[in-house]
Amino acid sequence: MSQTITIDPVTRLEGHGKITIQLDDQGQVADAHFHVTQVRGFEKFSEGRPFYEMPGLMARVCGICPVSHLIASAKACEAIMSVDIPHTAAQLRRMLNLAQMVQSHALSFFHLSSPDLLLGMESDPAARNIFGVLAAKPELGRAGIGLRRFGQHIIELLGKKRIHPGWVIPGGVTEPLDPAKRDEILALLPEAYANIALALTAYKRIADGFQQEIEVFANFPTNYMGLVNEDDSIEFTDGTLRLIDKHGGIVDEGITASRYTEVIGEAVEPYSYTKFTYYKPLGYPEGSYRVGPLARLNIAKTMGTPKADVELAEFQRIAPGLPVQSSFYYHHARLVEVLYGIEKIERILTDPLILDKHVRATAGVNRLEGAGQAEAPRGTLMHNYKVDENGLITWANLVIATGQNNNAMNRGVLQVAKHYIKDGKFSDGILNRVEAVIRTFDPCLSCSTHAYGQMPLVVTLVNAGGEVVDQLIS
Amino acid sequence: MSKLKLATVWLDGCSGCHMSFLDMDERLIALAELVDVVYSPIVDAKEFPDEVDIALVEGAVASVDDEKKIRKIRAHSKTLIAMGDCAITGNVPSMRNSFGPEAILDRAYIENASAQRQIPCVVVPKLLTIVRPIHEYVKVDVFLPGCPPSADTFHTALVALVTGAPLDIPALTRFGA
Repeated sequence: MSQTITIDPVTRLEGHGKITIQLDDQGQVADAHFHVTQVRGFEKFSEGRPFYEMPGLMARVCGICPVSHLIASAKACEAIMSVDIPHTAAQLRRMLNLAQMVQSHALSFFHLSSPDLLLGMESDPAARNIFGVLAAKPELGRAGIGLRRFGQHIIELLGKKRIHPGWVIPGGVTEPLDPAKRDEILALLPEAYANIALALTAYKRIADGFQQEIEVFANFPTNYMGLVNEDDSIEFTDGTLRLIDKHGGIVDEGITASRYTEVIGEAVEPYSYTKFTYYKPLGYPEGSYRVGPLARLNIAKTMGTPKADVELAEFQRIAPGLPVQSSFYYHHARLVEVLYGIEKIERILTDPLILDKHVRATAGVNRLEGAGQAEAPRGTLMHNYKVDENGLITWANLVIATGQNNNAMNRGVLQVAKHYIKDGKFSDGILNRVEAVIRTFDPCLSCSTHAYGQMPLVVTLVNAGGEVVDQLIS
Repeated sequence: MSKLKLATVWLDGCSGCHMSFLDMDERLIALAELVDVVYSPIVDAKEFPDEVDIALVEGAVASVDDEKKIRKIRAHSKTLIAMGDCAITGNVPSMRNSFGPEAILDRAYIENASAQRQIPCVVVPKLLTIVRPIHEYVKVDVFLPGCPPSADTFHTALVALVTGAPLDIPALTRFGA
């Protein structure tokens, strides 16, 4: 009797999703899919809006990484305006994007995944959450809240609002940095350094206990893509994209936003509202690649900051000379990036021009199409718009991190399911691992379908006649 | 006093309201002394519990799944709070109403795709023709506007609801705040 296991919804994930696992007559895993179940339609309903409204509108794609959308959108608008923004505006936006990366990574690691890592994959589902972590490991739970607060506090200081700040606009930012705010941010740094040190130590202590998960959590060779600077250092806001292969060899580099639209394609699978992004010259699905913290650390030769470079060297020892390929290591990479983010924010604040008053360029429509790209916490993000002579949007396309990881997430779900589910037998702890492999990618399902949702988990066993034979609610 | 049961739900929104809820930061620890979060995207409960004291609902009703969820939430919750502008007015999600779901799907999966162009239809829920705010489906007890409502707004409102203190929402927040 063939069966389908349905996990609906997947929890501790940023969006609406389901997992289905198909078992054959012998109860062995035949196939598995990750379904994203919402779509909102920003690419269509933005039609007719003035282009200068787009950053504020597109931020509403996602409440977790609104800053990445603000920046990618503003850059697409600046391509339409044909302007270079002032140096100070670029530096302030870079700091804002890093602050968001820190808060979003803290959310992913502590609020969403640390219950699995610190309390255990098989631990009581009723306490397997951030409140359970706060009760069992209060110091680490508080470090997570503290790191998330650090990022959100900086966003609020710069943009006046923690979520959907209106400060980033086409041409730069609305206001320069006030010296008192610079000093307030500087005063936040010592606590943030202490919290990330605590997190890295805790992660390294427990990682060895997850050998089996490391072995099967989307552990296979793929291509990787991310932003880098000309000196091969990691970048989140400017720079150009580089694509590497499974051996670490460069497939393509120097990809600007305008070229991105030529080399990146999107495929559709019938079972998900999130598309499957691929590198066009290699075709689909061979041209699939991973993005996000693991990809960025596999691509960058240096973080460009001293403490994070020590961590990068240690990270690279996991697979000397090759890309690190198990998605379990997204967690590790995420923490290294948090450390980098704190160091880089500190460095940006010492820029002699950081308080400069020139923070905005103005222009009208000078091109009828524009594209912008940035790294969201979970991977590369691209916005592409067309406008008419009056600057009204006629067409939009968004390429989102989670679509770029979609192929690897689906293969990862299958790999974990095949490893743990034998003879039709499974438990809460096993199904939690199937969800946990998705959590490593920190997918933003709201972003990926330009939509968002919610997710609990029901497993239903259905026989070949479609009759429900068993149900597990966890 | 036994702890009240709190649920938080995302329908068609951006999660910004949930992020603002988490922006209560360390106050979440004290809040956990007053309420148990029994159902939420951040906990592992997969089924909406039979009896919930306070349900915070983010987002508009946009798909057949959303409609089923909001009816179930209402049936099992004492106090239902429409959290944020999308839940209250439809806000950004309802911008698709003047185009319709077919045009949305066509743009995303046919026009803006380069391989295997098709409209997803396996497992994924059907979109409703019109996106609507939640009070058009069920009775709402408290409206908490904002895009998103601030963490201070959440904290003040939740503490008032738990302790029975008076709650002056217009003094706390506004649409678009």
